[in-house]
Amino acid sequence: MSQSNQPNRLRQGGRIDRARTLGFTFNGKRYQGHAGDTLASALLANGVDVVNRSFKYSRPRGIVAAGAEEPNALVQLGSTEAAQVPNVRATQQALFEGLTAQSTNGWPNVQRDVMSLVGKLGGRFMPPGFYYKTFMAPASMWMTYEKVIRKGAGLGRSPMENDPDSYDHLNQHCDLLVVGAGPAGLAAALTAARAGARVILCDEQEEMGGSLLASRERLDDQPAAEWAERVIDELAENDKVTLLPRTTANGYHDHHFVTLHERRTEHLGETAPRVDGHRSSRSRMHRVRAGQVLLATGAHERPLVYGNNDVPGNLVAGAVSTYIRRYGVVPGNKLVLSVSNDHAYRAALDWDEAGREVVAIVDARRHPDGELVEQARARGIRIIEGSAVLEAKGDKRVSGARVATIDAAAFKVTGQAELLECDTIASSGGYSPVIHLASHTGARPTWDEEILGFVPSLVRGVHAAGSARGVHDLAEGLADGAAKASEALAALGKSASAIEPPRAETIREGEACALYQVPHEKPTLRAPKQFVDMQNDVTAAAIELATREGFESIEHVKRYTAMGFGTDQGKLGNINGMAIAARCLGRSIPEVGTTVFRPNYTPVTFGAIVGRHCRELFDPERYTALHQWHVENGAEFEDVGQWKRPWYFPRKVNGKLETMDEAVARESLAVRSGVGILDASTLGKIDIQGPDAREFLGRVYTNKWAKLAPGRVRYGLMCKDDGMLMDDGTTSCLGENHFLMTTTTGGAAGVMEWLELWHQTEWPELQVTFTSVTDHWATMTVTGPDARKLLSEITDIDLDREQFKFMDWRNGKVADVPARVFRISFTGELAYEINVQANYAMHVWKTLFEHGKKYDLTPYGTETMHVLRAEKGLIIAGQDTDGSVTPEDLGMFWAIGYDKPFSWIGKRALTRPDTARKDRKQFVGLKPVDPKVVLEEGAHIVVDKDQPIPMDMLGHVTSSYYSPNLESGFALAVIKGGRDRMGEKLHVPMPDGQAHEVEVVSPVFIDPKGERQHV
Amino acid sequence: MSDITYGQVATFNTHPEAAIPSESPLSVAFNQISVSTPAPAVNHASGVRLEEKAFLGHLILRGGAIVLDEAVRKVLGISLPLGLALDESGERSVQWLSPDEWLVIVPGGEEFEVEQRLRDALGDAHYAIVDASGGQTLVSLEGEKARELLMKSTSYDVHPSNFPVGKAVSVVFAKSSLILRRPAEDRYELVLRRSFADYLYRWILDAGAEYGIGVQR
Amino acid sequence: MFYIHCPYCDEYRDEEEFHPKGQAHIARPEDPETCSDEEWGDYLFFRDNPRGIHHELWVHAIGCRKFFNITRNSASYEILETYRMGERPRFSAEHPQGESAEHGAAVNVADEAGRVADQEGVRA
Repeated sequence: MSQSNQPNRLRQGGRIDRARTLGFTFNGKRYQGHAGDTLASALLANGVDVVNRSFKYSRPRGIVAAGAEEPNALVQLGSTEAAQVPNVRATQQALFEGLTAQSTNGWPNVQRDVMSLVGKLGGRFMPPGFYYKTFMAPASMWMTYEKVIRKGAGLGRSPMENDPDSYDHLNQHCDLLVVGAGPAGLAAALTAARAGARVILCDEQEEMGGSLLASRERLDDQPAAEWAERVIDELAENDKVTLLPRTTANGYHDHHFVTLHERRTEHLGETAPRVDGHRSSRSRMHRVRAGQVLLATGAHERPLVYGNNDVPGNLVAGAVSTYIRRYGVVPGNKLVLSVSNDHAYRAALDWDEAGREVVAIVDARRHPDGELVEQARARGIRIIEGSAVLEAKGDKRVSGARVATIDAAAFKVTGQAELLECDTIASSGGYSPVIHLASHTGARPTWDEEILGFVPSLVRGVHAAGSARGVHDLAEGLADGAAKASEALAALGKSASAIEPPRAETIREGEACALYQVPHEKPTLRAPKQFVDMQNDVTAAAIELATREGFESIEHVKRYTAMGFGTDQGKLGNINGMAIAARCLGRSIPEVGTTVFRPNYTPVTFGAIVGRHCRELFDPERYTALHQWHVENGAEFEDVGQWKRPWYFPRKVNGKLETMDEAVARESLAVRSGVGILDASTLGKIDIQGPDAREFLGRVYTNKWAKLAPGRVRYGLMCKDDGMLMDDGTTSCLGENHFLMTTTTGGAAGVMEWLELWHQTEWPELQVTFTSVTDHWATMTVTGPDARKLLSEITDIDLDREQFKFMDWRNGKVADVPARVFRISFTGELAYEINVQANYAMHVWKTLFEHGKKYDLTPYGTETMHVLRAEKGLIIAGQDTDGSVTPEDLGMFWAIGYDKPFSWIGKRALTRPDTARKDRKQFVGLKPVDPKVVLEEGAHIVVDKDQPIPMDMLGHVTSSYYSPNLESGFALAVIKGGRDRMGEKLHVPMPDGQAHEVEVVSPVFIDPKGERQHV
Repeated sequence: MSDITYGQVATFNTHPEAAIPSESPLSVAFNQISVSTPAPAVNHASGVRLEEKAFLGHLILRGGAIVLDEAVRKVLGISLPLGLALDESGERSVQWLSPDEWLVIVPGGEEFEVEQRLRDALGDAHYAIVDASGGQTLVSLEGEKARELLMKSTSYDVHPSNFPVGKAVSVVFAKSSLILRRPAEDRYELVLRRSFADYLYRWILDAGAEYGIGVQR
Repeated sequence: MFYIHCPYCDEYRDEEEFHPKGQAHIARPEDPETCSDEEWGDYLFFRDNPRGIHHELWVHAIGCRKFFNITRNSASYEILETYRMGERPRFSAEHPQGESAEHGAAVNVADEAGRVADQEGVRA
């Protein structure tokens, strides 16, 4: 079919479907690939060499790897603005019809690039710390520089339009979570599944099977992939097993909580398709709580660090095999393979079998002798022993390799360099177990000299198997997976009978040698750039320079050079970087140690992190039973905690909706002159029963409760044991052993927990129970001079002022509904708080309005409530107090029971020297000299407005409003020694330089004798 | 007067004698105040079916298990459970909430009488009974996808091996919390706090959309 | 995210259901009025911050609403045990491997019988 369009596509082989051709666009150009391709394999098939420009030097870059470790091939996906996804690794993106991608870096394009000017000319002048050293002065300009640098370098961009897709979370539980479905992972999952355990097996690739999908080895005399398919089929049949392909285990959190990111539809198209008319989530975060965790995450091959090792055409050896065997793509014509081990010889054998030329295998060892070496020799492939590739030649594609004999231990080139003509250099410096998830547990990995890699340290309940712990041999890895699964199950008290692992041929491999950075004839600082971290353009020279500048800790080297700071977190480069740092510091690798890997293993989209907790489901909205009425009557809402409370009810006046100030002025006047109504249902309500209820109240409140009779209500202050106010509210005596406590709206849950804390931990001998009834009762406050007249029309309760006094409560019916009515006031006016079962609240509320029409019953919201209470000097805990204010500071001596027998919570602290200080901030009122001024809440108060900064600050404004009743701004404040400053003139300086003059006054601005609420 | 004082504790019958319109916590959603579309109807393809059992009687019992057990058996014919227990009709249930706390749910309007009878049976023991009927509502979830919907919403393990019939737990659900119980093989019940009910309902509808959730009205 | 065994619900639950309440076993002085300012200040403000085994007070806030204690390693985050009010921990800085069961009353997994007995309430 379209073979001719794909010059590097093999005629046969691989796991792609050649019958299904898929069109895609890369950097504006149309290409074709096949179902089963990744974007990377399709690009290689089409001979696309340059896929990106590097971050700092703007050098052309090609595909290096075949998996999550890919540092270069980052693309921006999406054909429309809304579908944009940044920083997707082309090696992990399945091809689909119509896929549209662009290089992430490279502005304006990858072939001709503005930043290359800086890169080419300034390259050698951009040592580590370059940006800091160059652009930090003046500091204020950094933000400007950064924008230009970022645009030039590019790191992808987020969409500017709403994402049409949705993302969700799924909570999962299992006995055993197996991460990685390669040979060890499959053997482990099979073992656990056959033992009847609940198993989750996840794998980040499109297909499960891991290395078996591209393996040369046969299992039970059949292609290894066939065994993998059989195992996956068996696991799929088992309803206690959950298989999650395309799912990356990104973070191990505490106690075996692992987050898995499943890409559910990314392989199907840009946006999630509809299934049965419903759009499913694009990707899903599985929040897994596992009994035990088994890491079968395999290993990443380390490339060798040699000169110009970033020119397109340089790959890791294993990736070459993967592209050939799994995708039927051979990424070049003439291969030079540079290795330190036998395993990587597979790349040359695969290349040879693909019918292309293997120029040479350059082996750093003097006498390689394993089976694969023999095979290569037998095919007549040239093997150059004791040597390595010193340097790649070429610009946008490799054109040759300079090769020479080296002394790795002495870090010296020992022979004459030979130039080999080639277009591809594959390298292998060994295999690093993927220890990221194990590192997330906090356990530091340890260096294993035998496998030349860090192996994971494991916390209890976490296991590693196969290559993830350095067991690279296939047969051993299979057995290891089964054995570790049995161990994990045993830890759960479950027994597993051993599975029969398939027969695997064992390939005898010779010993590998340690090689990280290849020496060059020139010293590292002057040699062609030898890249360690390609994504962040960190070179061996940069690391050497860092150590010369005195950075010795690997954590500091990392931060100074930015090694491992990219979106790939240094999967390919970090170990090489540590080895180079170790060489420069004259230490061993274990002495230098490794940096810490942190979640996430690969980048996760914000969508998947947020899940459905967005937009209208971002946070719970709590509604009162009257919410519908408020909406229908045009309320503006204020968030109070999670509650939606009416803020004010703007009316249309002359066709125009009132502003908040206008509405609040009208509402405030209505309450003081007629009657208003407030939905107070959000106040916390706690039912307290028991023979010791009264004693308990006496201990948690500052004031006295011994004599409060049934039918009476009292206001109480609640302190912490440090003497500071934490909450306030009224508590009613319903029966001798029965009370109803109210709390502030925001304090409800905290007060409930507070009461339980003291009861459960300090005074369990007290017979008392606390039950929240906040939601059970709806509370309507009818307040104002006309409140009695209005309520008397619809209640059977005797409202006579002598029969039903201020701070009394009564039972009765309101609008035919059984109600408890409390005569308490937060406005200073005559007020009744009507409590009915919430299901009946709407009827009562509407009935009040039917009868209230003739009194112009005015609904008011929280803003008017604030103004009215502040005019009366009534505090709001949490607004006028902040955890540093005692009842004495508030001047509420009348609410402090100094002579109560029990040393109530907060009492002892009142006599501590600091709490008894005379110059503590005290609660006062402030009246601006200019009545039009409304002070800013939080503003500071000073004596001398002309004092140079820093000024002596006396205190601050806690509440401030305009009062239509006073026809003036007014405020509440806390001021040092405030009660002795009555009548003093102070100043409130503002940022714009002006200072408002204020007079210190009593916090009670209206009706200081409290006559109005007693009428 | 609807008030009766049992010893030193006031009880209160919240129900009016007259027929008075009442609003369940989900009325805000059902009346399309918080959502713009009508509740999706149940059809043959609904993988989840939701139904509100509004206006039931909810009582919180506090006290020692031995004392309460005798009274509850006498009044409701149910032994005090560690999980969830129902009477023979399935209309009355008792559920463990904590070592000294149970939730009793009875047909709406029965709760005051049940409270009286329990108080009569409990005599002088230290206990508490609190009417919570206005503060919560019960929602049932059925259907083959109901469990998966729960998995989207709570970190509690709802696998049948951990959450069999007869179990009841208070859990975090989305960003709120609720009581989750399993009265029958094919049915889950959620007890929602009134003020959170609308949010939770909207969450459930969203989570159930891909399963074609339907609401029984 | 921690996985915490609630000794009252007798189940492991996610951390999101719990609130931490600080160091465990801080008793309020019997008679605050006879405390010196220093003693009262110690009670109010001074807490241990060990690296290693630590006893903490937690509450199963969304759940049974009961307070209980956790013995936790502040370095590894491993929870060694949870135990009810009034019980003594088995694990401590002095006994990192745990005292024998006779010495400490706490057990990792409460048995059913114990749980039923405790239905009398938490007043133990």
